[in-house]
Amino acid sequence: MHQPDTAPRRSTFYQYQVHPFRTPPELAGGRSDAPVVIVGAGPIGLVTAIDLARFGVRSIVLEQDAQVSHGSRAIVLTRRSMEILQQAGVDAPFTAKGLPWSSGRSFFRGHEVYRMMLPHDDDDRFHPCLNIQQQYIEQFLLEAAERTGRIDLRWGSKVLTIAQDPDGARLTVDTPAGEYVLAAPWVVAADGGRSAIRRLMGLRMEGRAYAGNFVIADIKAPLGLPTERLCYFDPEWNPGNNVLVHRQPDDLWRLDFRLPDGETAEEALAPARLSARIEQILAMVGRRVDWVLDWAAVYSASTLTLAEYRHGRVLFAGDAAHLLPIFGVRGANTGLQDAGNLGWKLAMVARGEAPPALLDSYSAERVEAAREICEEAGKSTRFMTPPTAGFRLLRDAVLSLALTEEFCRDLLHWRTSRPHAYRHSALNGAGDDFDGGFAPGEPIRNVRLGPDDFLFDHLKSGFHLIGFGAGALPLPRLTVPVITIAVGSATLPDPDGRIAAKFAAPPGSAYLVRPDLHVAARWLQPSADAVAQALRIATAQGPSPARGRLDGGIAARTPVGKGGAR
Amino acid sequence: MIPKRLGNADLEAVYDRLAEAVDDVPAEQRELFLAKLALVLANLVGDPAAIAEAIEAARRDL
Repeated sequence: MHQPDTAPRRSTFYQYQVHPFRTPPELAGGRSDAPVVIVGAGPIGLVTAIDLARFGVRSIVLEQDAQVSHGSRAIVLTRRSMEILQQAGVDAPFTAKGLPWSSGRSFFRGHEVYRMMLPHDDDDRFHPCLNIQQQYIEQFLLEAAERTGRIDLRWGSKVLTIAQDPDGARLTVDTPAGEYVLAAPWVVAADGGRSAIRRLMGLRMEGRAYAGNFVIADIKAPLGLPTERLCYFDPEWNPGNNVLVHRQPDDLWRLDFRLPDGETAEEALAPARLSARIEQILAMVGRRVDWVLDWAAVYSASTLTLAEYRHGRVLFAGDAAHLLPIFGVRGANTGLQDAGNLGWKLAMVARGEAPPALLDSYSAERVEAAREICEEAGKSTRFMTPPTAGFRLLRDAVLSLALTEEFCRDLLHWRTSRPHAYRHSALNGAGDDFDGGFAPGEPIRNVRLGPDDFLFDHLKSGFHLIGFGAGALPLPRLTVPVITIAVGSATLPDPDGRIAAKFAAPPGSAYLVRPDLHVAARWLQPSADAVAQALRIATAQGPSPARGRLDGGIAARTPVGKGGAR
Repeated sequence: MIPKRLGNADLEAVYDRLAEAVDDVPAEQRELFLAKLALVLANLVGDPAAIAEAIEAARRDL
């Protein structure tokens, strides 16, 4: 009998709402027929459900808790994440509540040694970063999920077992009213870093964990500092380590600092010690104000990923699939890219519009992205939490030099989560030689059309055939629905040719863009046959290595274990 | 001000290689290794004035 905690979590700023358990049909002798079961109602599970819903696919979401996330956790959403949320139709409350920013400053021995401006292109609607607590992220997504009418969210529901065969998957779910079996054709494992599904299926991740623990502590305090990332290296009270300060809505501040080697989580979170350090941080930023602790936790950095995100009928997304460092805000932001990639593909497969092999492209594309992140984030991690004496020595040398020498300051540059170009994707079709623009696999970028009007505001849910200049677009006999956009027409005027310039699109050319805004193909002179061909390839139905059967047959997959910690 | 000759990609690669090289050497021989490296690199730089500037830059803010 699974009994979630039904006392509202305590917070200095957030009103937790406890969601009651509702007896599901299965416990009353009935059944549900949702094509997809999503395990986990965190940000990634919810965006996946919302994305499926916008393509007309129902889902059941199983969440073992009865309320949203404990603690602010993921607090920074990148521009790309906001674009994904906009495509899912849920961005408005985030923009209203969140704090946008673009700059960061690094300090060493009281001096500013590095200032970084993340580029905020005038053509982007969203700022490079937006700070907002995970409680709000989940709340806004829950409200949006409710509005779809297609998502059956089951609180207090914990998965005990999972099994699958060619016909589908079966989960044993434990609830306050007893256990039941839930069968579904597809399962999305979005159950977080300590994923039960990953553990139950005996899957191990590849990569490494880094030694070095960090405390994140949220305080409510009137600091009155602007919204930017502040990083302090080697403060006197915490020699050799670093401190980060981030502003959040509602006067909350995220303090993040590395612990001395050997110190345990228990020692670090002991109230007296934690308070003393918070006081020292406030002195360091020059704001000795009254404060209240909202939440604190200890974490460490890893660069870990499953080698495959598809295991038969189970798809892994978010922290269930990968554990990436907090440096460069790579946790939720990577997971949201997973959800954006998975949603439309799983929807097409669930509706019988594409073969299950399309889901193999989800795994291939997102695993490649995760590996790139492990590589890039590994560099930041080796700077923020040097794993060896050699790396620590070099880090200290750079910090010391950076006080007076410019040549090495860019080593303090902090890479941030970014979208990935799926250059090797099996879904990429023809890529004619454009003089710029976006190649197959790459995400398209936004264009400003007016003071509050951007290209992405005009995109809907599905594939888009974006045509430029004169003439009608060559529409094939449609096996896959395609939304046509004629740039330069009355519906999307381009008086200064700015859209055409951004896409490097001469008159007569066209782009086929996937529902997740990555380019499938582009032509200087498209024909109906070429477009039809590209659509087949982009939905894994064409002459490509990935093959599948529309009758729901699964490609048997044997996970290739490569060692790794978890 | 020491002029920037290495692009960032190369500088990062050098950073990693130096860190790994330091780790490869037993702790008590680290100083000797770094002194040898300084001499080798000074010779490669070849310009006494530039080398003097480098020594000054490295001595600051220790």
